[in-house]
Amino acid sequence: MEQMKLDLNNYRNLLKEYLLTKNETVLYQAEQLSKMSVQHSISPEEIINVHIEALKDLHPELPQEVTDSLDFLLEAMISYGLALQEFQFLRQKQFELESEISVAARMQETLLSTVHPSVKGLDIGAISVPANQMNGDYYHFVTDKDGSLGIALADVIGKGIPAALAMSMIKYSMDSFPDNQREPSLILENLNRVVERNVDPSMFITMFYGLYNPEDETFSFASAGHEPGFYYHASEDRFEEIHARGLVLGATHNATYQQCIQKINKGDCIILLTDGVTECRVGDRFVEREEVRQVIKDYIHLPAQNAVDKVYKYFERLQEFHLRDDFTLIIIKKEV
Amino acid sequence: MDFKPCVTIRKEWDIVGARQLGRKHAKELGFGTVDQARIATAISELARNIYLYARTGTICFEVIDELDKKGLKIVAKDNGPGIRDISQVMQDGYSTSGGLGAGLPGVKRLMDFFEIRSDSEKGTEIEAIKWLR
Repeated sequence: MEQMKLDLNNYRNLLKEYLLTKNETVLYQAEQLSKMSVQHSISPEEIINVHIEALKDLHPELPQEVTDSLDFLLEAMISYGLALQEFQFLRQKQFELESEISVAARMQETLLSTVHPSVKGLDIGAISVPANQMNGDYYHFVTDKDGSLGIALADVIGKGIPAALAMSMIKYSMDSFPDNQREPSLILENLNRVVERNVDPSMFITMFYGLYNPEDETFSFASAGHEPGFYYHASEDRFEEIHARGLVLGATHNATYQQCIQKINKGDCIILLTDGVTECRVGDRFVEREEVRQVIKDYIHLPAQNAVDKVYKYFERLQEFHLRDDFTLIIIKKEV
Repeated sequence: MDFKPCVTIRKEWDIVGARQLGRKHAKELGFGTVDQARIATAISELARNIYLYARTGTICFEVIDELDKKGLKIVAKDNGPGIRDISQVMQDGYSTSGGLGAGLPGVKRLMDFFEIRSDSEKGTEIEAIKWLR
């Protein structure tokens, strides 16, 4: 704080000139001096002190009351000086925290990264964007030699760091399940036990698991209280909700999950999403599911990745580029 | 040097007495107006802590006059309940009296040296020094 002493001579000259000329240029220079003082953590009481000294130099005949009153002012400024230092310290600390979080976010991206697989006969598009730095949504693709495709999509109620930590747990539990365990309902039952045992009861995770079987061209799925997706029947140009009964993960110990199956025809699409999509907020209003469906419909003819990007761009613009919740959308289109 | 070393803190009024005595010593040692004001503010904070949390205690002054440096040492001592979590009270923005006042981090900033010891049986002792430049 001492290295950049407020230069008394400089201040005295400026003050003298101002008293003589009342010139705006001098005031502008005083403004520059003020900015520089803040940058160098010079407190208000030091400026007042310099002011007192300069004034005494210029006007030695000043009445005692005036100089005394300036001493009084100096005393009254002490807490502002402390507040300035505290502010600078806290800003530094905030900067450190932010860079720590961005390291964690990059690490999360690496840990939870999933390869968009190329599966014969399917066109797959996926996008997941966090509202803050860390993502509380998670999706993962699992492929198998026989050409089947598993799709996991989960959403932690809440966002930010706690949500992101819970997601890592989901991913590593899934990795530890044996390869032959592919039934959606069983996967959710096992994950439910892991979550129930390890996660604070106030934290809920919703999840959808689906398995595409190329042999009979079916999609079997189960849901743990997850936001229902859509099934698009191409031949009828019609959407249908994808529903399956099941409680959110972690709510009870022995939850069971209904497993459903859907035959997939050429051109049909499976659309999976999290509530960051359906609960986009515009002002005080939530977007209706109907509106979401309409927007998806507008882009469904595009290649899958292109379509999810376009839908995201639409809602990003609608919310004035400020996401309220993590946003994840997956579209799987049957090509042949 | 004529030196009255200590002020006992029992009521809020005593805070003023401690400030006054501290400022007198600071002035005699040759501290400038800004440092005098900072020392007085530090004394206020220390004395207020005693008054609010320990009820009674003392603020003592000691002039340090070594070959290469001069300074004023303030020692605040009480037999109060002690501070359970020192790192918490030393955090910026933490103040049980509702965010008013500079708190102990403020005292640390106002002075050049700061040391705190606290014990639930013996109370709290804080030493702070301002060096004359």
